[in-house]
Amino acid sequence: MVKVKGLKCRECSRPYPPAPLHVCEFCFGPLEVDYDYESLRGTLTRRSIEAGPPSIWRYRALLPIDGEPAVGVHCGMTPLVKARNLARALGMREVYVKNDTVNHPSFSFKDRVVAVAITRALEFDFTVVACASTGNLANSVAAHAAEGGLQSFVFMPADLEQGKVIGTLIYAPNLVAVEGNYDEVNRLCSEIADKYRWAFVNINIRPYYAEGSKTFGYEIAEQLGWRAPRHIVVPAAGGSLVTKIWKGLKEFERLGLLDGRCETRMHLAQAEGCGPIVTAIKENSEIVKPVKPKTIAKSLAIGNPADGYYAYKAVKASGGHGDHASDEEIVEGMKLLAGTEGIFSETAGGVTVAAAKRLIEQGRIPRDESLVLCITGNGLKTQEAVAPSLRVSLQIKPTLRSFDEAMASHGIEVSPKDPS
Amino acid sequence: MSVKVRIPTPLRSLTKGQGEVEGQGNSIQELIENLEKSYSGLRERICDETGTIRRFINIYVNEEDIRFLQGTSTPLKAGDLVSIVPAIAGGQCRFN
Repeated sequence: MVKVKGLKCRECSRPYPPAPLHVCEFCFGPLEVDYDYESLRGTLTRRSIEAGPPSIWRYRALLPIDGEPAVGVHCGMTPLVKARNLARALGMREVYVKNDTVNHPSFSFKDRVVAVAITRALEFDFTVVACASTGNLANSVAAHAAEGGLQSFVFMPADLEQGKVIGTLIYAPNLVAVEGNYDEVNRLCSEIADKYRWAFVNINIRPYYAEGSKTFGYEIAEQLGWRAPRHIVVPAAGGSLVTKIWKGLKEFERLGLLDGRCETRMHLAQAEGCGPIVTAIKENSEIVKPVKPKTIAKSLAIGNPADGYYAYKAVKASGGHGDHASDEEIVEGMKLLAGTEGIFSETAGGVTVAAAKRLIEQGRIPRDESLVLCITGNGLKTQEAVAPSLRVSLQIKPTLRSFDEAMASHGIEVSPKDPS
Repeated sequence: MSVKVRIPTPLRSLTKGQGEVEGQGNSIQELIENLEKSYSGLRERICDETGTIRRFINIYVNEEDIRFLQGTSTPLKAGDLVSIVPAIAGGQCRFN
């Protein structure tokens, strides 16, 4: 297992012990886990990973836990789908969908970060876990807390989609609905984290939590045959996922696990109604200006992204770009993915498909280069976004005559291969 | 110009425990230089070696972030309220 040297400030590099800390006491920058990569050379190989479990824990050597995974043992190793129909629809030669809609146990990529965070929180002897969430994180924390026998408090804006609320309540956490947007929820949770000794996975446990997202990138590389794709489009809320996918690919490159170099361009996808990091990318400005979110993509509705600056840097360092998606484009994107590949993603997936479409049309993603779309959560969680535009095809009485009449009057064509 | 300056908890060990102090300056830049004379060590916590305000410190003049005003050249007038606020809420204070 790789040695975790401790934590380190991302801004001034001051070292800290591997404790539940998240802010540099000198310069107030965020802390990140600091690994001893040299100790892994030669011991972490493709074969040793392939011999590991079919979950994120095959990459345990690069995850910041001391002992055994305590929860989320079945998380990860979600399908990397070769999306032939979607590729044709987008005018691309080679498109893959990394499909976290089916992640275990709560159907989003958040299971990756929560499995790591709660395992680590237990190592720190916390008995209560908590989070501020736009939905997916709440689902995941509540689910893992139930599995781990922990009490949990999940804080969400009061206006989230029903699927997310029910998908949290079912696990019997303490769900606190806050009359405010996510940024207000997050600010409140920082005050609560200071006062109560709870493990807020995305606040005081954040440095460990964030590392779980590297597995999204590790799996993409391993499932492509130990190579990094030329382009990856990633949706952004707080901005952590894109930075960690990039970090994960660079770790693999550094450790000699990849076929060739990592020449991946990371592209960011956000909604028009909450796209501060993409705006910064388009304007070539390091300063991410906070916005007040207004978008159907509620899972991405973070107006003041904690990792905005680092997401910007990862995109620029990789030579990538980014684009926005309107609410209409988001719904079209969800439908395009479902209609071409049979994958039902939540709104964030629609944002990713729509932004990728724009980037392809602009020539920023050349049509003959490989592309991976990061699909991060399940569509059943955000049904409100698509329900108004979906219609039952036919409503009939239970008779053959009623069906035949309806088919004729609606002019539904049956494909030529039909034997009748 | 005499202004009020709000000091965040982690920096109060440098201002003798005071959460609010008086400061002098016609601009943020001047204010920081003058605060350093009264409270040694404050400047290096707010600015890096190049004199740029640290990325995870926000400075507000009357509730407006100076990054969206004129940065450290932002002018000050008598009675203004300057707030120094770490960008990431929370965290232990071991330097105190």
